[in-house]
Amino acid sequence: MNSDDVTRADVCVLAIAECFRNDGEIMVSAMGTSPSLGARLAKSTFEPDLLMTDGFNLLLRKALPFGVEPSDRDVEGWMPFGAVFDTLWWGRRHVMMGASQIDQFGNQNIACIGRWEKPKAQLLGVRGAPGNTINHVTSYWVPNHNARALVAKVDMVSGVGYDRAAGLGPKGSRFHEIRRVVSNLGVFDFNTPDHSMRLVSLHPGVELQQVIDNTGFELVLPDRLDTTPVPTPEQISVLRELDPQGYAQKEVVV
Amino acid sequence: MDKRMTVDEAVAEVSDGMTIGIGGWGSRRKPMAFVRALVRKGVRDLTVVSYGGPDIGILCATGQLKKAVYGFVSLDSIPLEPHFRKARQNGALEAIELDEGMFLLGLRAAAQRLPFLPTRAGLGSDVLKINPHLKTVKSPYDDGEELVAVPALNVDVAFIHMNRADASGNGQALGRDPYFDNLFCMAAKKAYMSCEKIVSTDALVSGGPLQSLLINRMMVSGVVEAPGGAHFTECPPDYPRDEKLQREYAATAKDEEAWNAFRAKYLDVTEADYQHAVSK
Repeated sequence: MNSDDVTRADVCVLAIAECFRNDGEIMVSAMGTSPSLGARLAKSTFEPDLLMTDGFNLLLRKALPFGVEPSDRDVEGWMPFGAVFDTLWWGRRHVMMGASQIDQFGNQNIACIGRWEKPKAQLLGVRGAPGNTINHVTSYWVPNHNARALVAKVDMVSGVGYDRAAGLGPKGSRFHEIRRVVSNLGVFDFNTPDHSMRLVSLHPGVELQQVIDNTGFELVLPDRLDTTPVPTPEQISVLRELDPQGYAQKEVVV
Repeated sequence: MDKRMTVDEAVAEVSDGMTIGIGGWGSRRKPMAFVRALVRKGVRDLTVVSYGGPDIGILCATGQLKKAVYGFVSLDSIPLEPHFRKARQNGALEAIELDEGMFLLGLRAAAQRLPFLPTRAGLGSDVLKINPHLKTVKSPYDDGEELVAVPALNVDVAFIHMNRADASGNGQALGRDPYFDNLFCMAAKKAYMSCEKIVSTDALVSGGPLQSLLINRMMVSGVVEAPGGAHFTECPPDYPRDEKLQREYAATAKDEEAWNAFRAKYLDVTEADYQHAVSK
């Protein structure tokens, strides 16, 4: 791939990176290939104060390319699982998770498809999603935007959405924030009066109808439809350095 | 006190219907020699409390598991544990599924002999719906905040695997993450620790930083030297995960015959024969 060929995956990764803008000195936990690359891009460029691990338990001074083993000189701290829980309960964390299903208020499901008692498909289990979403900022990444993923009602609420959070009252919901959803088609947020999902921008080459047809609920449409920004040549060269094998390119459905 | 024993002697403490705590995390430093001994012993109707990996998967596949208590069950490099999935999808397994952090607080509550510990985690999610036994508690202070009261995860017997230990039961984790093995021991009526190598107390203390001495001898009733005792899960720095054997294990979920062959070769054998089979 030429470094000046900008792909849909590159646009997605920049949109993911933008989720972390102005986060400052907090820990980012980005689950999956594109989220991890996006977080690395943010840290390498406009958000250098972010704390990030090697995907395990080492906090790294700077973002390393995929596949590079950190040396002692890359390490700045220690973040075993015990410290991850303390950090997330402390609230100084922004997680980007995947979502097998997500609904219009941002309720997310990674646990199972079908009835929980005897699921059609057992997935990961709720993992840390309930605790993450009620304690700190969360964003989501959906690499294959379709009406089976963006649904009217999720089969099991793992990550808590705005309607559920509102039901807890101001105390229970005061640390809850779903910043954004990035999919292979566009960028979405919840900045609406009832916090239902709103289209923010379409990725270049995506038609509005395509998003509407592939979403299982009624999206709020903005007054003015933006196009998701395309990475600058400088950002592209950082991306090619961080992901020399192009793993993120393979994740995105175009 | 010299607490050295064999895996089979330790597992003799387990009887049908007991609740077992299993240390490690996913497919990382799991006390697999103990899990294999549980399979050999054939105890049934077990409840396993675990940051789940192949421990839960294997006991699902052998039909020994009645109930699993978990936040996830994963093989890490294979994100979905296929034997656990199969058991869940067949409706063959009772389950208590918790947020990972709730799970930790349940262990801590048990270790501290408390009935519960409060947390925000779980509020608003379906974890409360699928676990009708979970209750919330109102802060007695002016804030009056409503929180989840995570009940203690008490277990009958806990099994953990460390890199090094001495004969009296001091244990050392030399990898970069201690996980929560100390809490599993304290949440249990009795706990047993296997290790890669039993060394002198002098060698234990000089073998790593003091912070690596995660387990003290109060916490365990028995110590087993079981080289390769976490295999095929990882046990750094002693060995990485055996990805090839893990893939072979995972593939057997689709094929009854392959599972029977795997079981005959790797599970219905002594620990020594297992170690011999995987060294080839």
